[in-house]
Amino acid sequence: MNEIIESVKNLSIGFNSQKGKQISILRNVSTNIKKGETVGIVGESGSGKSTLALAMMGYIKQGLFPLKGECLFKSEDLLKMSSRQLEKIRGRKIAMIPQNAGQALTPNLKIGYQIDEALKLHTDLNKRERDKKISELLNKVRLPSPETMAFRYPHELSGGQQQRVAVAMALAGKPDLLLLDEPTTGLDVTTQAHVLELLRFIAKDTGTSMIYVSHDLGAIAQVSDRIVVMYAGEIVLEGPARKILKEPIHPYTYGLLKSIPKLSLSGLPASMPGSQPQPGSINEGCSFYDRCNLATDNCKKNSPDLEHIKELDTNVRCFNYKELINQNNNLQTSITKKSNNGEGNEILKLKDVSISYAKQKFFDQLLNKISDQNPTVKDINIDIKKGETIALVGESGSGKSTILKSIAGLLKTKDGQIKFENDRILSSNLKMRNPNDLRAIQLIFQNPDESLNPNHTVEQILSQPLKLYFNLSGEELKKNIIDLLKKVRLGEFYMSRYPRQLSGGEKQRVAVARAFAAKPDIILCDEVTSALDVSVQAAVLNLLQQLKEDLGTTYVFVSHDLAVVRAISDRVAVLYQGRLCEIGPSQNVYKFPSHPYTEVLLGAVLEPDPDIKPKLVAEDIVEEKPPEKGCSFQGRCPRKIGDICNSEVPPWQIGENGNAIRCHINIEELASLQQ
Amino acid sequence: MLLLILKRIGLGLITLFIVSLITFVGVEVLPGDACTTYLEREAYGAALDACIKRLGLDVPAYERYLDWASNVVRGDFGYSLSGEMPINEVLGPRVKNSLVLASVSILIGIPLAIVLGIITALWRDKLPDIMISTITIFSMTIPEFISATLLILIVAIWLGWLPGIVIIPSDATFYELLSNIILPVVAISMIMTAHMARMVRSSVIQVMASDYVQMAILKGVPYWKMVFRHVLPNALLPAINVVALTIAWLLGGVVVTEVVFNYPGLGRLVIESISNRDLPVVQALAIILASIYVGINLIADLMTLMLNPRLKSLQIRK
Repeated sequence: MNEIIESVKNLSIGFNSQKGKQISILRNVSTNIKKGETVGIVGESGSGKSTLALAMMGYIKQGLFPLKGECLFKSEDLLKMSSRQLEKIRGRKIAMIPQNAGQALTPNLKIGYQIDEALKLHTDLNKRERDKKISELLNKVRLPSPETMAFRYPHELSGGQQQRVAVAMALAGKPDLLLLDEPTTGLDVTTQAHVLELLRFIAKDTGTSMIYVSHDLGAIAQVSDRIVVMYAGEIVLEGPARKILKEPIHPYTYGLLKSIPKLSLSGLPASMPGSQPQPGSINEGCSFYDRCNLATDNCKKNSPDLEHIKELDTNVRCFNYKELINQNNNLQTSITKKSNNGEGNEILKLKDVSISYAKQKFFDQLLNKISDQNPTVKDINIDIKKGETIALVGESGSGKSTILKSIAGLLKTKDGQIKFENDRILSSNLKMRNPNDLRAIQLIFQNPDESLNPNHTVEQILSQPLKLYFNLSGEELKKNIIDLLKKVRLGEFYMSRYPRQLSGGEKQRVAVARAFAAKPDIILCDEVTSALDVSVQAAVLNLLQQLKEDLGTTYVFVSHDLAVVRAISDRVAVLYQGRLCEIGPSQNVYKFPSHPYTEVLLGAVLEPDPDIKPKLVAEDIVEEKPPEKGCSFQGRCPRKIGDICNSEVPPWQIGENGNAIRCHINIEELASLQQ
Repeated sequence: MLLLILKRIGLGLITLFIVSLITFVGVEVLPGDACTTYLEREAYGAALDACIKRLGLDVPAYERYLDWASNVVRGDFGYSLSGEMPINEVLGPRVKNSLVLASVSILIGIPLAIVLGIITALWRDKLPDIMISTITIFSMTIPEFISATLLILIVAIWLGWLPGIVIIPSDATFYELLSNIILPVVAISMIMTAHMARMVRSSVIQVMASDYVQMAILKGVPYWKMVFRHVLPNALLPAINVVALTIAWLLGGVVVTEVVFNYPGLGRLVIESISNRDLPVVQALAIILASIYVGINLIADLMTLMLNPRLKSLQIRK
C-alpha cells in the first residue's frame, strides 16, 4: 500500500510572455501518488490542476514548457523521455479519462475500433481475444448491449455513455495509474452520480491508483482518499480527504467549502472576495493574500512554505493556519435571506403553455398553427408573484430553458397563454410585443463570454439598454452607467474595459448590470452561475439576492443544480421532459414526500462531505422524447406502480406542506415510502 | 438517403432550368435578334429574311424556347451561326480539350495541395511551413493572366524549353495535347493548389488541437498512426466542399488561361463566340458551364454526406 507509483518533485511549468518574461503556471509542486490510492486534485479554473495532471503523463500543452523539477514514474522521469518511450507508458501504465468524452472520442471511428486500438497497442491479444475483451470492457463499464455498442459511432451515444466508453478505453491497457480530468463535469446530476459510482467500483475492483482532477469538491469527496488543493499554481493544502473536507486549515479551502451551496442549508453561501491572481502577477508574499481574512503584514512580504503538520497528517501553506483549527463548526452556516412567502400580486402567469420544436408542415405554416401531438413542453401552469424567485429545475432536456425562452418571446408557444400584469396576454411573437413589455422582461444568459459583445466596452454594453428604453444621453447616461456598476460592485474605471479584460465573475456582473439597466420587473436567469467557479458563484448569488431585496425584482431562475436553487429560490418547480412534476415552496420541495423524480434528483446530489453518499435509485437512461401518454417519468420511475402510469396523466396532489406533486401514488403513501 | 439524393438532383435540375430561362430571356430582350446581331450591316432584305427563316425566329418566343429546350434535353443545341455547323460538332472537341486541361490540373493539383497542406500543418511555424506558405501566398495573389504570361516569358522565351502558345487544331489527339498543356496546367494549378493547401493546412491545424487528438496521444498512439487514423479523415472532410468550389472556380480560370495560351478549349470558345455574336453558341455554353457547376457541387455534397458518419446516421435514423 505504501509503494509510491508516481512522484512529482519541485515541478514548475510555464511559458514565455510576449515581453520575453518567464511566467510560471505551476510553481514548485511536489506530491506522491501511492499504489491503490485515489488522490483528488481540486482547484478553481486557472489553478494549474489540469497542467499538473497532464504533466504526470509526460504531456505538456503546446506553448508551455517545464522550467524545473521532474515527474518520476517508477523512478523514471517522464519529462525527459522520448516520444517513443512515452508511447509505451501512455495507455499501458498511465491512462487518461478525459473531461468531455464527447469531444475526446474521434468522431469518424467506431467505439469498438477505438477500444481495439488501445488493446492492439498495449496487449498481445489476437483478433478474436481482442473482440471478446472489447465486449468484456463495455460490459464492465455497464453499457447496455455491449456487443452492438462496439459498432456505434461516438455521436450516437449519450453523454454518460460516451464517458463510460472513455473509461473502458482507459482500462484496456490495464494501467497502474488512471488520470481523470474532470470526468463528470458537464454530465447531468444523476448520470454524474452513476459514473462516479462506476469509478469507485473500478478503483476497488482493479486496485488501480487514481488521480481525480476536478473543480467540484462534491465529486472529489466521493472518490478521494487524499486531497490536494491547488491555488494559483501552488499546492496550498494536502492531506487525508476527511480532514481536508471537515477540518480545512487553509483559509482558501475554508472559504471554498463555505462558498458551496448545500442541500441542508436554506440560506445563501458565504462568498470569498476577489478572484484568483493571474499567472505572473504574484511577485512576493502569499498568493492568497488579497482574498484572505487572516492575512498579516508578514503574508504580504513573505510567501509561506508548505509545512508538514504531523499530528494532522497534513501539509499546509499558511502562516496562520492555527487560527482555523477547530473552526469547523462554522462551515455549516449560511447567510439567511429574506424570502418571499407568497405575498404580493401575481405578475406573470403561464397558463396551459405548450411549446413544440417540431418543424411546421407546409399547410400548417399557411394556417399558422403547429400540429404536434407530443410537444417538447406541455401543460405548464405556473403563477409567479411579484418579488419572488421561482426556480425551474431539471436535467438537460427537461424543457426549463425552453420555457424561459418563450417567456422572453424568443420561442413561439404552441398552445396556452403567457399573461403579464393584470392578466394581459403577452404575444408569443417578440415583434408583436410593445416596447414597455420588452423592457419589463430581461434575460441573463449562462455564459457571459458569449452574451457580451467582445468588441464593445463595458460602457457601450451598458449604454445600449439605457439609450433604447430611456433615451438617455450625455452626462445623464454616464451617471446611470456608473450607478449600475456601483450596484453590481464594480468601480467606475471598468467603463473603458473590454469583456476580455474582465474575469468570469466580473463579466457576469456586467451581464447582471445590463439586465438591471432596463429597470425590469422580471429577470429570467438561464443557468447564470454554472459557468462560474464556486467562490465566484457564491458572490453572484449574493449579488442577485441583494439586488432583488433592494429593487423588488422577480426572478425566474433556471438551473440544473439543486443546491444552488435551494440557496436562491423561494419556490421551486421540478420539470421532467417538459412536464411539471412538482411545484412548491423551496423548503418543502427539499423535504419528503416528493415526486419520485425529485427524490431521484435529490439523491444524486454530491455534497462535499465523504459521509453523505449519493443514493442511486433510478437508471440514468436518456430519453429522447417525452412519452406520448401517461406520466412523463414512467420510463425511469423507481416507484412505478403499474399500467396506470403508462396510460393516464397523474393528478395533482397537494401535500400538507403546500407543495403540489403530480403522481399516481397517494401522497401520504408516498411520504411513508420515502421515510 | 435515396430521397435526399433525389431531392438534391431535383434542386440541381431546377437551377439549370432557371439558368436556361435567364439566358434565353436575356438574349430575347437584347435589341435586335440573333440574325441582326450576327449579320450586322448586312441585316436587311433577303439575307435577313433567309437568316430569320433558317433560325425559325418568325415564331413566338415561348414556342422557340420550348422547341430549343426540348432539343437541349435531347442533347441537341442547334446550329451555330458563324460556322453554320451543328453546335454539338463545334462543342465536342472543345469540351474534350478543356476536360483534359482541367482534369490534368486537378489530378496534379489536389494531391499536391493535400500533401503541402499536411506538411505545413504538421511542421507549423517551422522551416517547411514558412517556405511553403510563403510560396503559396505568393502564387495565390498573382492573377493567372500575369503568372501565365510570366511562365511564357521565362520557360518558353528565355529558356526555350516548351512552346509558348498552343498551335494545334481543336480536334488534336490526346497525346498531341499532352505535350502542349504543361504550361497551362502549371498556370492553372498554381492558384488552385495554393488555395486548397491553405484550406487543408488550417483544417489539419484545427483538428490537431482537438480534444480527441490529445486523447489519442495520451492513449499512446504512435505519431504517424495518429495522423492517418485520427487527424486526416476528420480534417479532409470539410476540404471536399472547398475542392468543389475550387474546381468550379477552375471553369473561370480556364477561360483566361486558355486565351493566354491560345488553347482550343471551352474557355476560348466563350470569348470567340461572344466576340462573333454567335448567340446560339453562347446559350449552349451557358447551359454547359452551369451544368458542370451544379454537377460538381452535387457530387461534393453527396460525398460529404457519405463520408461523414454524423450525417450518415442522421439520415438513416430519419
